[in-house]
Amino acid sequence: MLVFERRREPSRFWTAITPVLAVLVTLIAGGIMFAILGKNPVEAIKTIFWAPIFDPNLSAYARPQILVKAAPLVLIAIGLSIGFKANIWNIGAEGQYIMGAILGGGVALAFYPLEAWWIFPLMIVSGIVGGIAWAMIPALLKIKFRTNEILVSLMLVYVSEHFLASVSLGLLRNPDGIGFPGSRNLQHYTSASNGELFVGTGIHLGVIVALVSIFALYGLIRFHRLGFQVRVTGQSVRISRFAGVNPNLMVIFCLAASGGLAGLAGIFELSGPAGQLSIDFNVGYGFTAIIVAFLGRLNPFGIALAALLMSLTYIGGDLAQFMLNLPSAAIQALQGMLLFFLLSMDFLSQYRITIKHWARG
Amino acid sequence: MTRNILQKVFAILASIFLTFSLAHAEPAKVGFIYVGPVGDFGWTYEHDQGRLAVEEAFGDKVETSYVENVPEGADAERVLTQMALAGNDLIFTTSFGYMDPTINVAAKFPDVKFEHATGYKRADNVSIYSARFYEGRAVIGHIAGKMTKTNQIGYIASFPIPEVIRGINSAYIHAKKVNPDVEFKIVWVFTWFDPAKEADAAQTLIEQGVDVIMQHTDSTAPMTIAEEKGIFAFGQASDMMEFGPTARLSSIIDNWAPYYVARTQALLDGTWESVDVWDGISTGMVEIGEFSDRIPEDVRAEAQAMADAISDGSYHPFTGPINRQDGSAWLGDGEIADDGTLLGMNFYVEGLSGSIPN
Repeated sequence: MLVFERRREPSRFWTAITPVLAVLVTLIAGGIMFAILGKNPVEAIKTIFWAPIFDPNLSAYARPQILVKAAPLVLIAIGLSIGFKANIWNIGAEGQYIMGAILGGGVALAFYPLEAWWIFPLMIVSGIVGGIAWAMIPALLKIKFRTNEILVSLMLVYVSEHFLASVSLGLLRNPDGIGFPGSRNLQHYTSASNGELFVGTGIHLGVIVALVSIFALYGLIRFHRLGFQVRVTGQSVRISRFAGVNPNLMVIFCLAASGGLAGLAGIFELSGPAGQLSIDFNVGYGFTAIIVAFLGRLNPFGIALAALLMSLTYIGGDLAQFMLNLPSAAIQALQGMLLFFLLSMDFLSQYRITIKHWARG
Repeated sequence: MTRNILQKVFAILASIFLTFSLAHAEPAKVGFIYVGPVGDFGWTYEHDQGRLAVEEAFGDKVETSYVENVPEGADAERVLTQMALAGNDLIFTTSFGYMDPTINVAAKFPDVKFEHATGYKRADNVSIYSARFYEGRAVIGHIAGKMTKTNQIGYIASFPIPEVIRGINSAYIHAKKVNPDVEFKIVWVFTWFDPAKEADAAQTLIEQGVDVIMQHTDSTAPMTIAEEKGIFAFGQASDMMEFGPTARLSSIIDNWAPYYVARTQALLDGTWESVDVWDGISTGMVEIGEFSDRIPEDVRAEAQAMADAISDGSYHPFTGPINRQDGSAWLGDGEIADDGTLLGMNFYVEGLSGSIPN
């Protein structure tokens, strides 16, 4: 019979190989699902994973779009991974993303139609401040009253969504919008526009910053004392005290880092691809980034790969919808399968499977 | 001799090639982008019915495709660009929030035609179209006013935008006209499609004594709740008969099919031009669903008469005297609201309680 033995340490080989295996198993299971839906499975898989990168008509546009869509996921997931390593669970990045966009966008719109070089930097800083401020609520409540940061940060997402609806319909509503909701479009406000850096690619400053953040996190975790403190706190708060870590400061640092990066992602998205604050401005990057952080095993380069993979399935998924008439639910199911197989295959790195024969006697 | 044969072979090859290429003349491609799932049995469902009508009408000459559940904003712009790159000739963008993305993408693809629903920004290759849903609201408001026993009518509203406010006002004016004691209880759910939230809103309204529910959201959840609790409701966007066979009194159906077929025909004929269309009951873009037998005979006749009068233009749902909520005069006796005011409507009419959230 099969026996599962817990490994003393997670297997390095299996940790490295499981993401690849998970993708392969997803392709097979997804293919079966597409076949059941009456589509050619090979064509469907090819459209989702191949066409955005290699299709002669579409790839020139789709390739940079993969980076554009991955950028906010990377920024947020990088921030979250710091806290997750220290066992500090910020689940409310979506809210910090929204608040960053509102504060940054609000500051920019306050100066409309003034054109000045300092508006853009001020807007970006305000975005970071907005995200940090929102993340400080669960941080301070945790320090002061020992509340659970998971619950508080999550609940604040819903508060921020109402706040977003309120400013889209009231305070920041476009005065020239004939009563319709939504702010002015920042793409049309030169001083606040986070436009594309290379013509026709859609790549904006946020994509570059996301790339930098990957290496920044690597440097922090690997070489900086703070990175060590984060890891120790994650192993045991008691031990970390002996190592000279102030646990309260650690809570503040982790939530500020993740909140600030989420806010930054929010303001880049608002001033770039999205353009305007509206009721539906947030599309779930803050939640998807949690998945990306774990899919990337809290490793900065893993996070980058995971974000690119998620982004690819979104963009390929759009193509599969209008080229093959696949329902969007099938694309979501495929994304779900990917996560499911990845997490379930963690089992292989944690356990050793051996075959034992019953001894007679 | 050989030359002759070669010439003949070429001629045959050429004719084969010609027939082949004619038989495979590229069909026109028409794309649709939806904010919800095609299975919402409301807003998106009806747009997709319109798409299917285009397929039905043109057969092999047209190829349609769609992308559903596309968030408004950056994702919409990307999806639209991809659809344009994939060779779509005409693209219908079926939600208000697709307005700026549609304008942006249309500027990059001047040869592709776009049709944006419910917005206000036009371009040479962008038409706008919407329906006068408030005409339907007037008819069902009349029925609701007659049918309520508790004189409490519940209204599940999505977002405080002019279209929704217009609907509330139109329904209220006509309910009040036939039942002076009527009161509206309005719940704002801040979503177009969220069955759980819409169901909660319906429950709350029923607990407050409401016995007729109207909705300006896209799911069938309020209808289902109304059926369970034994009160009345109206189908929204689509007929919703199956979801509340006894609760459903009538419905406002968005029938986009004739418009979509006409616009596709214009594309094929090469006569497509940017237009601004705001049609109602008269062209069939707004349809009143079949009246339930539970509505008394005379009320059915009155409702039908009103729909007919709106259709032939002899009656406008916003005909004065109508005051604003604060008591100030809006329309004088016999005065008819102009389209500009209606399009930007941001106030309640007199008698409605509560304020528009912002």
